[in-house]
Amino acid sequence: MLDDFFIRALLAGLGLALVAGPLGSFVVWRRMAYFGDSTAHAAILGVALSLAFNLSIYAGTLLVALVMAVVVTALVSRGQAMDTVLGVLAHSALAFGLVAISFVPSARADLNSYLFGDILTVGMADLTLIWIGALLVLGVLMWRWQNLLTATLNEELAMAAGINPRFERLLLSIALAVVVALSIRVIGSLLISAMLIVPAAAARALAPTPERMAANASLIAGLSVMLGLLSSLHLDTPAGPSIVAVAAIFFGISFVFRRG
Amino acid sequence: MPHLRQGGGDMTPLIQANDLTILRPGSQDIVLQNVDFQIAPQEIVTVVGPNGSGKSSLVRALLGHMALADGRISRRPDLRIGYVPQRVQIDTAIPMTVRRFLSLPRRVSDEMASAVLARTGVDGLQARQLTQLSGGQFQRVLLARALLHDPNLLVLDEPTQGLDQPGIVAFYKLVEEVRRETGAAVLMVSHDLLVVMRASDRVICLNGHVCCEGTPQHVSSAPEYRALFARVAKMRWRYISTTTITITIMAMTTSTIITTTTAKAMHFHAG
Repeated sequence: MLDDFFIRALLAGLGLALVAGPLGSFVVWRRMAYFGDSTAHAAILGVALSLAFNLSIYAGTLLVALVMAVVVTALVSRGQAMDTVLGVLAHSALAFGLVAISFVPSARADLNSYLFGDILTVGMADLTLIWIGALLVLGVLMWRWQNLLTATLNEELAMAAGINPRFERLLLSIALAVVVALSIRVIGSLLISAMLIVPAAAARALAPTPERMAANASLIAGLSVMLGLLSSLHLDTPAGPSIVAVAAIFFGISFVFRRG
Repeated sequence: MPHLRQGGGDMTPLIQANDLTILRPGSQDIVLQNVDFQIAPQEIVTVVGPNGSGKSSLVRALLGHMALADGRISRRPDLRIGYVPQRVQIDTAIPMTVRRFLSLPRRVSDEMASAVLARTGVDGLQARQLTQLSGGQFQRVLLARALLHDPNLLVLDEPTQGLDQPGIVAFYKLVEEVRRETGAAVLMVSHDLLVVMRASDRVICLNGHVCCEGTPQHVSSAPEYRALFARVAKMRWRYISTTTITITIMAMTTSTIITTTTAKAMHFHAG
């Protein structure tokens, strides 16, 4: 069954959807949308480095995404004007990545697959790595859930309970970098943050508690993966963008039910 | 020392701070200099002072959230603090019911949640979203959360911000009730000078250092206090003159009931 490219694509997408729900919810709650973008765009630079130095794509993107996540977290803690700084970082990372990749002849042909993902060519090794990574990040989020949530809600209340908000923030940044690295083959650098934010934003409408929002976000992301891949198969549309497009339609529908 | 409400018990101060000096984070500006502070079990202490006088810095230092440039703080080993921070704003992006909020970060049973909500008069709101509560309801939910886990010190930093005058009076009355029922000491930072001072055993007037300290009567007639607030009072006072205020305070210290009307006249917003 796993020989089928479509099944592998589906499983890879569902693995990411599972972790995208809760992690994406934190991105929405903490208003880190642009943060996701800058980390994801930096990943292209990681691809260029990996190809130039013959590294695994995952190792290269993880490294660059981690550096970016830590730099941005440090800037946030210092209270810089966030939207400008992040805008500069996100787009310069993308620009440098694209320039760097143009020096690697073998990568030029594949550029599209790194920008928009190529879920239909996911192999067994990719699939294994994606699921191990996704379960690992999910495990960390569940382990720290109460602390992460308190620190997200109010830092003073968190500190009074002995929680270090900076540590929790750093943990989320690292989780984000890991998920960005895992997603680059599947959904591509340009649409990773969409995969995190859109399902979570759609899930906000009907959720009374954070846990329900995170679970609903995973569900919506999973349905988007399934319907997006089916449409890609039958209508011959690009897979990654189809998945995000389905999630966006869910978001539109959620407006009808919006409350609070 | 305040008068004892209950006999016996360990009357060692819950927190004792000596000679505190605090700098503004990331600079050499002195926020507080040579401040001594202590609070005894069951005591209600109010810190008053103009904006930027270091009130919140003092509280944050006592909680251990702020580094000291000098001085030391000792906390009793059995100290359990219930804390209501200044200006808590819940982002509408986070769905959060009152019930779920009480279980952060430590999970509590439905019975415990219901008990603390009942004590602050908001039982039944468990399923409501935090962002849909009125200002008064939200402050009572915050106070209820602070009462979980049996605190022996409540720290309330400007707990009545955003409330109207009747709401403010009702809130301080509630704080007094809670102190009476639980025996917890209360440390408050406030702008609502006159109303809050009435409910206090001891008032500390702060302006970078301790200007004056003592019973509400003592502080309100102290020249340092009056010098500090006279200018503000002239600008802000809408209802009665400063002379009348002083007389009113004197009269108020013996009475225990204030009507909403008096409270309205007495509310003093130095902000």
